[in-house]
Amino acid sequence: MEKDTKAFQRVYTKLFQLTKATVSLYAKGVGNEELAIVDGRLAQVVKIMGDMVTLQIFGGTEGIATNAEVIFAGKAPTLKVGDDLAGRFFNAYGEPLEGGEILGREQEIGGPSVNPVRRKQPSEYIPTGIAGIDLNNALVTGQKIPFFADPDQPYNQVMAMVALRAKADKIILAGMGLTNDDYLYFKNVFDNAGALDRIVGFINTTENPPVERLLVPDMALTAAEYFAVEKNEKVLVLLTDMTLYSDALSIVSNRMDQIPSKDSMPGSLYSDLAKLYEKAVQFPDGGSITIIAVTTLSGGDITHAVPDNTGYITEGQLFLRKDSDVGKVIVDPFRSLSRLKQLVIGKKTREDHPQVMNAAVRLYADAANAKTKQENGFDLTDYDERTLEFAKGYSRQLLAIDVNIETDAMLETAYELFGKYFKPAEVGIRQEFVDKYWKNKG
Amino acid sequence: MNTIGNVTGVIANLVIVETEGTTSQNEICFIKLGETKLMAEVIKVVGKKAYIQVFESTRGLKVGTEVEFMGHMLEATLGPGILSKNFDGLMNDLDKMEGVFLKRGDYTDPLDFDKKFEFKVLAKEGDKVTAGSWLGEVKENWISHKIMVPFKFEGEYTIKSIKGDGEYSPKDTMAILIDRDGKKHEVTMVQKWPVKVPIRAYREKPRPFRILETGIRVMDTLNPMAEGGTGFIPGPFGSGKTVLQHNLSKNAEADLVIVAACGERANEVVEIFTEFPELDDPRTGRKLMERTTIIANTSNMPVAAREASVYTAMTIAEYYRAMGLKVLLLADSTSRWAQALREMSNRMEELPGPDGFPMDLSAIIANFYARAGFVYLNNGETGSITFIGTVSPAGGNLKEPVTESTKKVARSFYALSQERADSKRYPAIDPIDSYSKYLEYPEIAEYLNEKIAPNWTESVFEAKDILLRGKEVYEQINILGDDGVPIDYHIKYWRSELVDFVILQQDAFDKIDASSSLDRQYYMLKKTLEIAHIDFPFDSFEDVGPYFKRVINALKQMNYSEYESEKFKNNEKELEKILGEKRADAEAEKA
Ligand SMILES: Nc1ncnc2c1ncn2[C@@H]1O[C@H](COP(=O)(O)OP(=O)(O)O)[C@@H](O)[C@H]1O
Ligand SMILES: [Mg+2]
Repeated sequence: MEKDTKAFQRVYTKLFQLTKATVSLYAKGVGNEELAIVDGRLAQVVKIMGDMVTLQIFGGTEGIATNAEVIFAGKAPTLKVGDDLAGRFFNAYGEPLEGGEILGREQEIGGPSVNPVRRKQPSEYIPTGIAGIDLNNALVTGQKIPFFADPDQPYNQVMAMVALRAKADKIILAGMGLTNDDYLYFKNVFDNAGALDRIVGFINTTENPPVERLLVPDMALTAAEYFAVEKNEKVLVLLTDMTLYSDALSIVSNRMDQIPSKDSMPGSLYSDLAKLYEKAVQFPDGGSITIIAVTTLSGGDITHAVPDNTGYITEGQLFLRKDSDVGKVIVDPFRSLSRLKQLVIGKKTREDHPQVMNAAVRLYADAANAKTKQENGFDLTDYDERTLEFAKGYSRQLLAIDVNIETDAMLETAYELFGKYFKPAEVGIRQEFVDKYWKNKG
Repeated sequence: MNTIGNVTGVIANLVIVETEGTTSQNEICFIKLGETKLMAEVIKVVGKKAYIQVFESTRGLKVGTEVEFMGHMLEATLGPGILSKNFDGLMNDLDKMEGVFLKRGDYTDPLDFDKKFEFKVLAKEGDKVTAGSWLGEVKENWISHKIMVPFKFEGEYTIKSIKGDGEYSPKDTMAILIDRDGKKHEVTMVQKWPVKVPIRAYREKPRPFRILETGIRVMDTLNPMAEGGTGFIPGPFGSGKTVLQHNLSKNAEADLVIVAACGERANEVVEIFTEFPELDDPRTGRKLMERTTIIANTSNMPVAAREASVYTAMTIAEYYRAMGLKVLLLADSTSRWAQALREMSNRMEELPGPDGFPMDLSAIIANFYARAGFVYLNNGETGSITFIGTVSPAGGNLKEPVTESTKKVARSFYALSQERADSKRYPAIDPIDSYSKYLEYPEIAEYLNEKIAPNWTESVFEAKDILLRGKEVYEQINILGDDGVPIDYHIKYWRSELVDFVILQQDAFDKIDASSSLDRQYYMLKKTLEIAHIDFPFDSFEDVGPYFKRVINALKQMNYSEYESEKFKNNEKELEKILGEKRADAEAEKA
């Protein structure tokens, strides 16, 4: 984002109000959402009242003086889009981190939405090798889905793994409040996989000012739209961490004296998040944007405004949890959901997939009941004991995030576990599938 | 001359305009941003300042920009050709827009004005008519679309001339009417109506007295929806609100269905676009899309237009009701509409009510629900709007303003439970908390007992009672342990599981189970209650569950088979065999 002073730019030097995230001044001819540079920092118009203009300062207002120089740019924030983006990492303003220039067309970020009648129904299966996802919560191109995880879960690692296995033409990483270590981790993993030329990164780390994050998802999604619309590519966008993004939203809205809604979040949180997530789309010409996000929870609380609004917007959620019985992090089959799985399982995957999925989850639920019984000191029946053993195998061999097998092998593994502990009548899979696929009926 | 004003302030999509001329509440205006005109609505006027909510992004808008006030409110365009279309919240035809992305200020005609319709005249010269009187009809898909005296016409008119049968375009003059003062008025097939004002061209709105079949057992059998009634579906995310509404739109016995996708996912609307043109209407055999109209204002589309979308949908529903049709109106989700109101109210710095919602939220919701209903038209025919909205309570907690305000006005309450959804007991309608006030209406009870079977309502209350008892004993078993309670407790529990699995649970994705006729619902409830009446002998509590599971499985197989088919009868024989085993035991025990 350059600071060249063109003829039409207007310069002011008198601020009459400063808050942590905003400044106000008297200025004329200013457009809503127009960019400005305040004391060398990027800012955007968020409110106009007569001659009074309020700007949100992405880098924070620390040290800004009332006589700071304000230069209006006459345009909304933009990103230079082109094939040149591939393989590079950028800051929140779309400037290459390693310096240099990008060749491309200047494109406004946060552009319009896709006309719903021009969308195609998502239908392409994305295998990840992780059975907790593929078997129980299959992903589809054009889907938007977050990981719900406590901050100590290895969500960034899982996300990097999913991204590499997803066979996407481009992976766009939007890091918001990413630790420097995690940023380097992503870079390393992609580099080792020889995938760097397919990656585009927009990075705001914990070392950067929080309000800058507000630009990051729009930058990433503008780049994604370039590749998906103009190159008909399959683009995977990784948004991590959307809770930190939302925190930045609340900083700005609170500084603007807006009445906060639940959990001090702005009343418009739902619309703000939906505008980003709804950029996930299957285009008619083959290109697609799939969004995998991270929403960190505090103490597993999904009723907090951020996960709650997210759940209402996204097409399911993947819940990470440590299973202390087997000592592994698993994708929780109860609280996770992929709302689009119906579009591919049993259609793009083997016909018995839905039945096997449901049967295993049902048995796992029986095991959970048996466990409660056990904890309350009641006697266990023989069936209870068997479900508990099954649950351990299921957790270790299928739900754990370190599993990496083909979808058919997941189904085979499930039958092996069924056969080890149950009779077909107890599992309740349609007879024709039992005959066809269940090998060790005991 | 239209009033002109100038922009003096911009906060997101709230714009303040100063004007010397007259403006009015809810008046439509256009902001002239370069070549683009942005549509907006007046939501408050203070002195010379009009506060307007813009139905588009306000990016780049500057102080001083000219605004033209149009002298009318937001209006729906009503005429033949609405059916099967996909509109946005302001009734722009989405299919007519160019390009993949929505363009700001791109407003398209709701109707196809060049299309010809076959007109059949219903009135004659000299007839006295009033607003809503049927002048003629045209075929629209398969319905007889009535051409009416515009709703805006006040008082009585005389038909001076009217066109004969033949082909006409929507904008052709079809009749000339004369008012009391002898003034002439031309009537075409098209009229406009302000969406926030109810259409009142009917004689009477009685209490609903018959039910609207939905094919969904937990509704029709347990908590029926009245034709012309109101209901709402609250539930946390993922509990099945949208799947239930889609299922209603597919299977309910309505002449036409209007779906307002209000601030929710675009892919869910795409599902309707993609599937409905292929799916058959179970009653008429025509494609579902032929009776469906979609108002799509998804979560990424402008917030102010989201608020308008439910009104646009209601106005279209009222228009078709005035033709004597049975309309089902669905809105998913009314909470997003309430949130749109909240966003604006916050920007205007109004004194907030609970959770930051506007103070008059309850009144706004009540007025909206009041527009549904069963009516006798002025010509004695009947029409109805049955309205069912979903509510998305924050954090899944029903103690929040939108749920509470809606509960005051909607007569049926279908509460989706997280627990039932987690255990995949779909549709996850909580059988204990949910209710239909209509079941308490004597006229509805009478209707049901006459239509389905004498004593039907008694059976329904018995089923409800079994569910309640089951819940109570389940809590006891959990506290005291399986062997800490009498066997009878297990039997009571499993009776409620029987009703749960056979009547309540229904597979929305199974071709056959997705919809159940009233005959079939009667048969299954009778069968289920018969089994619940049997005094099964059991030696140990451990035998109760496995036996009932077999019974349930046999009944479920019946649910999955075509009603009264060979397969259905075989499943029933299997059931009788399982029941026979225990009956024999019972006989043996007695002997
Ligand atoms: N009746 C049903 N039968 C089977 N699955 C269902 C049913 N209702 C909901 N589901 C499952 O739950 C998911 C979420 O349902 P949905 O209606 O989208 O929830 P909500 O609108 O309440 O957020 C669906 O994608 C589907 O997997
Ligand atoms: Mg929904």
